Amino acid sequence: MSTSTMTAPASGAGHDAGTPVPLQRRRSFGRWFADKGWRHIVAILATVFSVFPLLYVLSAALNPDGTMAGASTLFTHFGWGNFEALFANQERPFGRWFANTLLIGLVTSALTVFLGAMAAYAFSRMRFAGRRVGLLTLLLLQMFPQLLTVVAIFLLLNFLGDIIPAIGLGSSLGLIMVYLGGALGVNTYLMYGFFNTVPLSLDEAARIDGASHVQVFFKIILPLVTPILAVVGLLAFIAISSEFVIASVVLTDPESQTLAVGLYSYVAQQRSENWGVFAAGAVLAAIPVMALFLFLQRYITTGLTAGGVKG
Amino acid sequence: MAGTTLTTSSTSRATPGPGKPPTPRRPKRTPDSLMGTVAKIVLLGFVDAIAVFVMFQLVASAEWLILAICVVVTAVVNWIYLRSDGLPAKYLAPGVFFLLLFQVFVMVFSTYIAFTNYGDGHNSSKADAIESIQLSAQERVPDSPQYAASVLEKGGDLYLLVTAPDGAVKLGGNDQPLQDATASTTGPTGAAAGVEGYTTLDFATLLQRQQQIAELKVPISDDAEDGSLRTADGSTAYVYKPKLSYDAAADTFTDTTTGTVYRDSGEGTFAAADGTELATGWKINVGLDNFTRAFTDPNLQGPLLQVVLWTFAFALLSVASTFALGLFLAIVFNRADLRGKKIYRVLMILPYAFPAFLSGLVWSGLLNPEFGFINNALLGGAQIPWLTDPVLAKVSVLVVNLWLGYPYMFLVCTGALQSLPEDVEEAARMDGAGAWRIFRAIKLPLLLVSLTPLLISSFAFNFNNFNVIYMLTGGGPRFDGTTFDIGGTDILITMVYKIAFGAGTGRDYGLASALAIIIFIIVAVVSAISFRQTKSLEEINR
Repeated sequence: MSTSTMTAPASGAGHDAGTPVPLQRRRSFGRWFADKGWRHIVAILATVFSVFPLLYVLSAALNPDGTMAGASTLFTHFGWGNFEALFANQERPFGRWFANTLLIGLVTSALTVFLGAMAAYAFSRMRFAGRRVGLLTLLLLQMFPQLLTVVAIFLLLNFLGDIIPAIGLGSSLGLIMVYLGGALGVNTYLMYGFFNTVPLSLDEAARIDGASHVQVFFKIILPLVTPILAVVGLLAFIAISSEFVIASVVLTDPESQTLAVGLYSYVAQQRSENWGVFAAGAVLAAIPVMALFLFLQRYITTGLTAGGVKG
Repeated sequence: MAGTTLTTSSTSRATPGPGKPPTPRRPKRTPDSLMGTVAKIVLLGFVDAIAVFVMFQLVASAEWLILAICVVVTAVVNWIYLRSDGLPAKYLAPGVFFLLLFQVFVMVFSTYIAFTNYGDGHNSSKADAIESIQLSAQERVPDSPQYAASVLEKGGDLYLLVTAPDGAVKLGGNDQPLQDATASTTGPTGAAAGVEGYTTLDFATLLQRQQQIAELKVPISDDAEDGSLRTADGSTAYVYKPKLSYDAAADTFTDTTTGTVYRDSGEGTFAAADGTELATGWKINVGLDNFTRAFTDPNLQGPLLQVVLWTFAFALLSVASTFALGLFLAIVFNRADLRGKKIYRVLMILPYAFPAFLSGLVWSGLLNPEFGFINNALLGGAQIPWLTDPVLAKVSVLVVNLWLGYPYMFLVCTGALQSLPEDVEEAARMDGAGAWRIFRAIKLPLLLVSLTPLLISSFAFNFNNFNVIYMLTGGGPRFDGTTFDIGGTDILITMVYKIAFGAGTGRDYGLASALAIIIFIIVAVVSAISFRQTKSLEEINR
């Protein structure tokens, strides 16, 4: 359906290119509309579609009337009641969830970046037997996301916990280790492409000056590839802070849960009654991620397209 | 196998430290700096310390195979970092370790589980099952002697202190068979009431913890056949014996009251001649049973087929709709002189920045038939069953996924459009091609070359898009005619999750893993085909 509409914009553009522009100001409304006006209408429609659910959840969070039925008008009542209730609930420690999510997300994404960068350095700068096969294997493995093996992960951690309780079911450390299983894969691929854009002559010059490969890695390469490190780190953080399947199976105790697992438990049974409090939690959970995302938006877009084109 | 992981896992945790051991490379020998050598020794020592700790634990729990693997892995790690050659391995080892354990091994392990009956009631070995059956079904022996008892506590666990009719004083707990004990205090009747190091519960506490006390079973000896002591009131204990008595020679359980004999059914349970099974069974290999069940059991076959079809439809339609809308908007916005473009852009991509698990939940509130905003406020109190009607629920899921996914496609298409060479378009215009023709014959094919890999990974992602389905509809509305908790919007991965961990229907890890294997196969085939497709596309356009 999008295709049929396409004609209009393109023809508009064609006209524009053909005619000289001096009369632009005097153009009739019809011409303006055919050229640009309709684009604004499309943009406004798309914006409304995008923003409306977010406004709704914000309004529900600020509405002290706490239930879903009470949230059927937007921004009519204001109060902090839901937020107070959110932090007062002892059985569902929102503050802990928040801290857990930050901890797990930050540690995992930092380690993911580090492990991925090391692997990308090896693939990009060294030639060894199995290099091509290794890269292809990574590409292949990342087609099978970890959540497919959630049953095996659960049973494995159950077993590991008997030997070392610190990484068994219910521990954040165990969960972080599981997430690190996905640290290579697509990340390495993204980074590999970027590492290749750093000229080899830089390494060689440093080598001649007596730098070791470790120094080349830390002092020459890493500073030059910071953008991709930021992208990979951010994407990993966003993915992990939204991860539900494995976290819900591993983290059984409310004290150790993440936001995804905890907030789901708020509305799993009594969706309507807990709606306001859930909305408040959702707003608080979303703000940091969205802020980070918008702040680094430019980087992310580049990373996405780069990754896409490289496949 | 898991043990292996442990060692290395700690390894990898240690490695991300400040410095990698600098090892001289073959061609140019740079001398190790002192700091590098120290860092290397410290890190490796740390890793080895953890490995040794794990090995001790493994010895203690007699996991010999895992111990062996653990030793080998530790040796390999030390070899990699101590030798002077093999530089790439030093950089790859930490990541590969986690990859092998939590990505490759778990896939192999899933396959193994798929061929067992692992699940509720089939959790461990046969010996464990026998012991558990003996402990669970116990009855008070009719002519049991009376033991004067008091309940003691130590470290949060409860213990029973009893004085036998012959005056012997004994102490035991849930995991600790009766042993002789010396009473430090005695009660009014002369029975033992306290023991050094334990606290005797007073009457009020007894009442409070009544339920725990009722569950207290103190084995009389190490042999479960001897039965156990239990007390209902905290002052008198009686002998309880298994209702089912196990005959080790014949490998059968006999019901002591009815005389029914339960034999090993060969399916991981003890079953009577009439087919009734004891609830506790054990884990056995069942071969292809889980797969045949999935495709022939009428309870599962129909729903599974629908789920598979819907999974494909969902993934395809999601990719198509998000791509179409994203591309359309990218073309609309591909004008440098559009006023307010930046603001539109930021507002439009907000859904992509919003955490995915929350989106489904928020939309479930919007679409809720009774209280939802759309029905109540926008449609003036209509009762449209957005999430409970089989067809509408599917539409809702697709719309929500469109909301979630089109900003991504918009970003990606914008990038790809801007990188298209302008001269090709200009040449076409010179040749008199119209805008539509240019789009159809030039822009779209060029776009597809660079975007096909992305569309494929988008398909693969949506194929397993757990969050949007589980958070929005929970897979519902449920199918009629099946006892499984599966419904009209369930895709394969949500079905796997619900069968393995769902509440109410009992966990069936074996079946869930078998379904996961089916997903593996589908994903593998789809990606193989599509990669070939991509290649041919590139060649055509070259």
